[in-house]
Amino acid sequence: MNAEITSSITARFKLDYGNFQLSVNVNLPNSGISVLFGHSGSGKTTLLRCIAGLQKAENGFLKINGNIWQDSDNNIFLPTHKRPLGYVFQEANLFSHLTVQNNLNFGLKRINAKSNTEKYQQILSLLGIEHLLDRMPERLSGGEKQRVAIARALVLNPEVLLMDEPLASLDFKRKQEILPFLSRLNRELNIPVLYVTHSQQEVAQLADFLVVLEAGKVQAAGQLSQTLSRLDLPLSQEKEASTVWNASIIEHEAEFHLTRVLFEGGSLNLPTINAKTGTPLRVQIYARDVSIVLERPKATSILNVLPATITAIAEGESGQNIVRLEVGSQPLLAHITRKSVVVLNLKIGTAVFVQIKGTSILN
Amino acid sequence: MATTYQTIMLTPADFATLLLTFKVACLATIFMLLFGTPLAWWLARTQSKWRGIINAVVALPLVLPPTVLGFYLLILLGKNGVVGEFTTWLGIGTLPFTFTGLVIASVLYSMPFVVQPLQTAFSSIGNQPLEAAATLRANPLDTFFNVVLPLSKSGFLTAIILGFTHTVGEFGVVLMVGGNIPNKTRVVSVQIYNHVEALEYSEAHQLAGGLLAFSFVVLLVLYTVLKTSPNVK
Repeated sequence: MNAEITSSITARFKLDYGNFQLSVNVNLPNSGISVLFGHSGSGKTTLLRCIAGLQKAENGFLKINGNIWQDSDNNIFLPTHKRPLGYVFQEANLFSHLTVQNNLNFGLKRINAKSNTEKYQQILSLLGIEHLLDRMPERLSGGEKQRVAIARALVLNPEVLLMDEPLASLDFKRKQEILPFLSRLNRELNIPVLYVTHSQQEVAQLADFLVVLEAGKVQAAGQLSQTLSRLDLPLSQEKEASTVWNASIIEHEAEFHLTRVLFEGGSLNLPTINAKTGTPLRVQIYARDVSIVLERPKATSILNVLPATITAIAEGESGQNIVRLEVGSQPLLAHITRKSVVVLNLKIGTAVFVQIKGTSILN
Repeated sequence: MATTYQTIMLTPADFATLLLTFKVACLATIFMLLFGTPLAWWLARTQSKWRGIINAVVALPLVLPPTVLGFYLLILLGKNGVVGEFTTWLGIGTLPFTFTGLVIASVLYSMPFVVQPLQTAFSSIGNQPLEAAATLRANPLDTFFNVVLPLSKSGFLTAIILGFTHTVGEFGVVLMVGGNIPNKTRVVSVQIYNHVEALEYSEAHQLAGGLLAFSFVVLLVLYTVLKTSPNVK
């Protein structure tokens, strides 16, 4: 998916607050959306703030696109205002004394950039805020505020966009209003994004690269589908455990209201999607929607039956087992009962078929 | 008719005290803002252990009898005081019973009325706008002038009005440090005292009534204008 990773983001931080220690050493791609995921207190926001320089880790090293932003061994610490970044806070944090337009131009004035370039207009229209320019922030809805805040960060054309739970303070409807902007944004502007969230849904919807943090440490970091399907992470055990595949539309079967999509490893039949063939999309498959059979069923109402190989099995809670499979090259999780594992004699390497009862399309 | 006209005409001496009062209050307010703004900013943001002590010192004039402050200032600025010796060495002479001394005393006495509204305004802004400004390439000084100042407009208005009116209204410190020298240190409040001492009640009325009306109008403006302004926190 991500073509060549030319250069990357290297971040090493050690920070001690007494009751909380951050100890992180992570490499991130400098394209796509990298999600920093973890529960509250995991250190994900602290890590983001260290990257922004809003918090100073006494011991840190940060290199972005070959430029050093912090190197405490050599006493280098670039203050936040000298870092070419964009930052979106949990609360929109607009300047209440300035109009939307002046909020957007606040940073531009300071880097001597013009406000009426093509890119500027593209960002305004991408976020749908052209009609809000003369308003004061207090007269915007929560969703509008957050869109202005995102635009304000983007118009600076930052080398990296840092987003700290930008949707957490919004209700479900507002979230749905902004999420599509976020995935479009990344595709159209090609600015790498570091995105902090505790929502698995946002992970599935946005992440290309996933970093899981727990108690101030990096538990896992890797491509989304690989990281989601790691059985050593609590993510794979949760009720909402899922894997995400990148796919693209290959044909529509109008007669059955179906759309066929292709992924690395096969094809899937999905309910009709209103989009042209070739459109890329994300398919989320919950582990609870996957069942395993030893032979291809001759007659089944389930449309999506795919050959797969078991690559790992782990014990879950209350008689449940988590099975990791590979369909072609794509990892897949299945939650099945311990009994089924024994009865079917499932082992690592067993060739099986998976039946996928349901999928959801994420964009 | 003529008598009415007479009663609202001020004598040149009274007029001079008004002018002097205005000059003292303006200068004192300017100096209070110059010193009080960074002080209030520091008090609002610092986590230093000195914060409590400095806060208490700044607030002292609120509770002390003005004569106490005036007395110590007199000693400090006088010929044998530390500051007095310094100013004598500089060739300025001593400051008590001079216009400069009066302004200095006023600044110290009214400082809490400037510092406290500013401190409240700065605290209520919080960290968030400052961090947002930093991520938008504004250095700390730039942030102070273009984010903090506009966001604490109402705090400044309150500070200016309270600092100015409180300086206009002071008496004890003025009398102790400034004395009662016409055209030099004799301000309105002292002049009212002079009139009363001389049993010139109608002259005292003019100035006292004027001061009362002035203070009331200013406070009325302060509370009505600021209450309706959306920026008040």
